[in-house]
Amino acid sequence: MNSIIKASAAALALGVASTSAFADAHSLAGELRIVSDMSNPAPRAVMEGLVADFGALNPDLNIELEIVDREAWKTQIRNALSANAPDVVNWYAATRMTPYVDAGLFMDISDLWEDPAMDALASTKGAMTLNGAQWGVPYTYYQWGVYYRKDIFEELGLEEPATWDQELANCQVIIDSGRKCYTIGTKFLWTAGGWFDYINSRTNGYEFHIQLANGEVEWTDERVRDTFANWRQLIDMGAFIDDHQSMSWQDAIPPFLNGDATAYLMGNFAVAAFRDGGLTDDQLDFYQFPQINPDVAPAEDAPTDTFHIPAAAQNVEAAKAFLLYVTSADVQGEINGGDALGQLPVNASASVSDDKFIQEGFEMLSDNASGGIMQFFDRDFPAEMASSGMEGLQEFMVFPDNLDDILERLEETRQRVYQ
Amino acid sequence: MTTTTAPTRSWYKRNEIAVTPWLFLIPGIIFFALYVIFPIFQSFWISFHEWDGLGEKTWVGTANYERLLGGDRKFGISFWNNVRWLALYLLAIPMGLFISLFLNQKVFGIRLYKSLFFFPFVISQVVVGLVFSWFYLPNDGLFDIIVGTVGIDVSGGILGNPNTATYGIITAGLWPQTAYCMILYLTGLNAVDPEQVEAARLDGAKGARMLWYVILPQLKPATFIAFVVTIIGALRSFDFIAVMTNGGPFGSTRVLSFYMFEESLSEFGFRMGYGAAIAVVLFFLMLIFITYFLWSMYQDEKGAR
Repeated sequence: MNSIIKASAAALALGVASTSAFADAHSLAGELRIVSDMSNPAPRAVMEGLVADFGALNPDLNIELEIVDREAWKTQIRNALSANAPDVVNWYAATRMTPYVDAGLFMDISDLWEDPAMDALASTKGAMTLNGAQWGVPYTYYQWGVYYRKDIFEELGLEEPATWDQELANCQVIIDSGRKCYTIGTKFLWTAGGWFDYINSRTNGYEFHIQLANGEVEWTDERVRDTFANWRQLIDMGAFIDDHQSMSWQDAIPPFLNGDATAYLMGNFAVAAFRDGGLTDDQLDFYQFPQINPDVAPAEDAPTDTFHIPAAAQNVEAAKAFLLYVTSADVQGEINGGDALGQLPVNASASVSDDKFIQEGFEMLSDNASGGIMQFFDRDFPAEMASSGMEGLQEFMVFPDNLDDILERLEETRQRVYQ
Repeated sequence: MTTTTAPTRSWYKRNEIAVTPWLFLIPGIIFFALYVIFPIFQSFWISFHEWDGLGEKTWVGTANYERLLGGDRKFGISFWNNVRWLALYLLAIPMGLFISLFLNQKVFGIRLYKSLFFFPFVISQVVVGLVFSWFYLPNDGLFDIIVGTVGIDVSGGILGNPNTATYGIITAGLWPQTAYCMILYLTGLNAVDPEQVEAARLDGAKGARMLWYVILPQLKPATFIAFVVTIIGALRSFDFIAVMTNGGPFGSTRVLSFYMFEESLSEFGFRMGYGAAIAVVLFFLMLIFITYFLWSMYQDEKGAR
């Protein structure tokens, strides 16, 4: 704890120094057009704050900010990038960038990554790299992990599991007490992707998981079957709540709140909903997904949200300055703080919010994610593979006996998608 | 002194009657051509390409169709679901007729009942879909509670079970569609000739025979419209699916229009060529019905002359 405080103090000092130097070095003018998908109330305030602060540093720069609904942006970005492109846009890391990189719509900003200030972002450089170049900068990420009801664990005399055997043993106790181990809502599919990411990377390792995402391994491979066999242990013992295929991830929260299910594998963004639902920090806790194969280093899901410069941007200089600004340590610490995004800064020297879960996530990702950082199923796998894949995962969770059929279907898709 | 022929009238004046309607129609025709006719051919064109909507189109010939018709399971599911929609959606017509006969009375407050029955058609399909998905909720939903009292338990709830989900959605869709057919029949019933009914009554017709031989023939125009609207509604069903199941569980409730959207425009889509191929297949499916509609309208027009 002490070291973190020291680190953040140092980061703060460093950050202030770097921004002021940067403000002196440049005088930006003209117009900077930013289109952002940070449309939820808190992110929106963050984005508006960012623009206001950056504008104050560059009084000659006229910044025009347009905020687009986050879901709508997923389809609008295509038009935005090709016709009358803005100077800065929001998007996501990893394979999710591929269509725009391949179509030449994102600007190669490898030169920006050569800036020494960017060394603090080395952990996500891989996720921003495609075809040997970098195409954007990260501004936030968040950990995934198992959120559980501490009070129920205490009542049943359970400990946070570290291994798969402990996990299964815990789960049996929970089921015997008349509860379910896990809540989940798979109506919109992606939640099942989280389970696959974890079980697959814990069973076969990060390298294998990424090979599978890159289409280098057959879905019918024995190792993939091992993953599903492990998953099936949980399904067969009735670990997951019933009828999850007709629930969204929000619909799956009430069983967790009222104690019908004791844990939820989720991203850190769910904590706000848990707290709104009335859980206190005494009742709610977090553990890293347990080890399955002891020979495998743990990899973690930590999706990264990013800024990019469209290839057709008008004010490239200002856009790059803005990207440097949002990646600087103090800005990242500020926008990810508990009263702002409440997530993790990507910059290693940025201060981390003192929220319990953000701290735990930060420690987990810094000290215990030696396997690597995954972006999440629907960002690591190409779009078509991801959508077919998640549909198959959902089907597996309901009808595990269909596995052979599902894997053959996915293999068929793989052969078409990666050709 | 005789005057020579009057100065020739302008070309427009001479052809006024023939030309004026077309002048008024021109804006409509232009927009119809630009936004309906042209895109149809554009879809045909795109369906022969592989295209992500951003970069260059790659000509792939009929490859999209070969994949689509050569054992794409999702297409198969969508197609058969469309057939289910077509068949079951037609139930809206007899149901609408039944309700309208029931409501076609002069009782105090009947207008209120009529508007209540018509209400589902007025509210947005999205809202209807939401209401029904709550109704179907496993455990907490009213439907589950009702069937639970007679000991039926649909695993996963109506919308979570691949065997029942499509039927659940069609039922939701039938609610507003029945209301619409009801209104069509109510207006139709207003036009029923009371003298014919009186005459038939004198001849001793009543009940089912009266309905079948006297009332229904006079409702033929209303039936035709109801049929057209219902068929088209069934083929382009989309909102309910998007709201209630999003195509799931495991893609079992997809229909062609939804599959087309998924492939070409959704979050993980942008396979424009393939989506266009689906659209073309759907277009031909619709064309069968449209041809029939146009043909029967033409027959009617001929008969009227």
